[in-house]
Amino acid sequence: MSAEVVQSRRDWLLSERPASRMQARLGRAYVAWRRFSANRLAFVGLLIIIALLVIAALAGALAPYSPTFGDLKNSRLLAPSAEHWFGTDDLGRDILSRILYGSRWTLYVVILVAIIAAPIGLLVGTIAGYAGGWTDAILMRITDIVLAFPKLILALAFVAALGPGIENAVLAIAITSWPPYARIARAETLTVRNSDYIKAVQLMGASPFRIVLRHIMPLCISSLIVRVTLDMAGIILTAAGLGFLGLGAQPPLPEWGTMIASGRRFVLDQWWVAGAPGFAILIVSLGFNLLGDGLRDALDPRSGDQ
Amino acid sequence: MNRETKTLLDVDDLRVTFPTRTGVIEAVRGVSFSLGRERLGIVGESGSGKSQTGRAIMGVTPSQARISANKLAFDGIDLLRISPRERRALRGNRIAMILQDPKYSLDPVMSIGRQIVETLRTHERVSKAEARERALAMLEAVQIRDPKRVFDLHPHEVSGGMGQRAMIAMMLIAGPEMMIADEPTSALDVTVQLDVLGILDKLVSDRGMGLIFISHDLRLVSSFCDRVIVMYAGKVVEQLKASELGNAQHPYTRGLLNCMPKIGADRHPLPVLDRKPEWAA
Amino acid sequence: MTSAIAVDRLEVIFDRFRALKGVSLDVQPGESFGLVGESGSGKSTLLRAIAGLAPVASGSIAVNGKTLGTRRDKAFYREVQMVFQDPYGSLHPRQTVDRLLQEPLAIHGFADGEKRIQQALDEVGLGNGFRFRYSHQLSGGQRQRVAIARALILEPSILLLDEPTSALDASVQAEVLNLLEEVRRRRKLTFLMVSHDLAIITHMCERLMVMQSGEAVENLAASDLVERRVTKDYTRNLLRASDGFVRTA
Repeated sequence: MSAEVVQSRRDWLLSERPASRMQARLGRAYVAWRRFSANRLAFVGLLIIIALLVIAALAGALAPYSPTFGDLKNSRLLAPSAEHWFGTDDLGRDILSRILYGSRWTLYVVILVAIIAAPIGLLVGTIAGYAGGWTDAILMRITDIVLAFPKLILALAFVAALGPGIENAVLAIAITSWPPYARIARAETLTVRNSDYIKAVQLMGASPFRIVLRHIMPLCISSLIVRVTLDMAGIILTAAGLGFLGLGAQPPLPEWGTMIASGRRFVLDQWWVAGAPGFAILIVSLGFNLLGDGLRDALDPRSGDQ
Repeated sequence: MNRETKTLLDVDDLRVTFPTRTGVIEAVRGVSFSLGRERLGIVGESGSGKSQTGRAIMGVTPSQARISANKLAFDGIDLLRISPRERRALRGNRIAMILQDPKYSLDPVMSIGRQIVETLRTHERVSKAEARERALAMLEAVQIRDPKRVFDLHPHEVSGGMGQRAMIAMMLIAGPEMMIADEPTSALDVTVQLDVLGILDKLVSDRGMGLIFISHDLRLVSSFCDRVIVMYAGKVVEQLKASELGNAQHPYTRGLLNCMPKIGADRHPLPVLDRKPEWAA
Repeated sequence: MTSAIAVDRLEVIFDRFRALKGVSLDVQPGESFGLVGESGSGKSTLLRAIAGLAPVASGSIAVNGKTLGTRRDKAFYREVQMVFQDPYGSLHPRQTVDRLLQEPLAIHGFADGEKRIQQALDEVGLGNGFRFRYSHQLSGGQRQRVAIARALILEPSILLLDEPTSALDASVQAEVLNLLEEVRRRRKLTFLMVSHDLAIITHMCERLMVMQSGEAVENLAASDLVERRVTKDYTRNLLRASDGFVRTA
């Protein structure tokens, strides 16, 4: 691609007078992208998350061994070597392969929690903030009650009631993690609900439902995305914690928390069994945190030149 | 040279630029003027660079801005050459500034009286009791009727006009020789506006201060100041005596005067300003 | 003839603060009526009460002969629209001009949206080049034009104007005032305009009411102000203040 083509494409994106809806939207996205990519650390975070996605998609092709069957006779608790980069566990399974497959479960948990908890929080928060009065009081007291319990304990209670397993763990984490989102959404809503532009929409005769859905929610979404991204690390850790306690994913599923749990018996002599999945959790959590920080700068609705 | 005509501030070719991601923004592009012990008005619309000119003289420009000038001298002191510390010492002591909204310039958690006392005591070594006496006297000088009561109030407990008076009192307590007032009355009601201007006027003539009055309101400036500088797109387009505003030469100045509705002048539609690119050249 | 706006002994109370203390007002169809006063006079509150944005404690408001309840129906908003003071605050920060103008059309179920948006933009002197801009890509005057276009797109008969030019530069103010006069003439609109500036009100309105701390001070014709036929000291003070600063030495 020649330099001129790149230049003209950029001018088109940054045009002060876009000629279509599409161009306006793309231009806006491009500005956010430029601000995001100017932040090196955030970019590293994004690369980590992309790597996670690629690994999860291609785990079958990338993994050198089966994640669930090991050679019990010859390869129990081998130290990291050329054949087994991360060593093997007590059942002779290749840890690298298990971690590669485990990325699928990590993504599964993270994505499911995000698409359950974030919309609940958004809905509760914006409705409470916009309606005010009794609706606000009731919704926010419910939020406070959920918020008052430590997340892991409440999740434990849910899983104990629903039975162990990764689906129930996801459900339990989702149910316990929406209150902070509701609080954020409510706070955002309170700052905009008395603004003239919301008043102007009221004066168009818009229903409260329409105002919340089409005018208030879009303003809350960016801070919510940031918060959800920053929470991803916590979600992974909670899922790993449940797995560790034996209430999340069940063996032989290669879930990282469960892997740490089963490796803890040999942590002093065969550190790699628990260390490798621990390191994987660390890297992915870091990736989400860096990404979240970058998104906060890129999406902040209050920043001037957007 | 007598006291009236002595030059207090000398500005020659002042430039203020802001580097941004998309290029350099030139807010002020070669402004020159001098100020004696008089009331000088700087008038312009938003983006004309009038506020940035005031800030550059005061030394409160954002840190990323670049300021250059052939000469920027206050009472013979080169303001661009001296250390930040010396600049700070000048600020508040010999040069004072009043901003548009007193709510943002007064400390919200400190009583008005204490703020005035603190200001005085950072610039002069005086006892607490004396500082208090002088603060009360100053509040009285800005026509606050019950200075003892206002002394103990916090900024949010007073009206806009009262807040602006307190702000003026605080700025004047150290006895500055020059004052920069950036839209000091724009946030106030018209009747209060005139009271505040009256106070400012009296203080300027009593103390022989030099005043730079920055405003968008050409009519107000022309009725208040001795001399008016009209700015457009970072440049001075016209300098003239306030009394001769009616004979302004530059089409921008005349357009600005013309386009405001006046009581009794039945002009429909109002004449609008036809901006010529060569004005900004 | 029924009045376009008839307000009778209106009281508005915010948390025990009486912002309006029994104000009455009568605006004829096609008339341009001004409300003048300083901050805290209740002039904006009166405007917002008519629009349904302020809590009415007692008294009544009738628009085109129809007395309004606490809830306004959709038909009301097709008759009455408002332009706000701050052009930076009255446009949604995340919506393009196109989206802003489409919203009222979508709410009221207009089919010919495309044509109306074009027309509305032309009417306020903004070409198609502005249609897909976000509000941060517009100057103050352009924003206020968009706000006027949005108010006009539902073809109301009454426009409430809350200091529509006080945040604008003098030269832009003249353009916006001219635009307002032009659309009023073309569409035979009724204006109810709030301002603290007597000169603007006498320029724009035939009749006006001076207000102070939630009460009406006096009702005047614009010509009364021009000839300085005022009866109340408060109005006289306002008039004097609008002449600029006078040195008393």
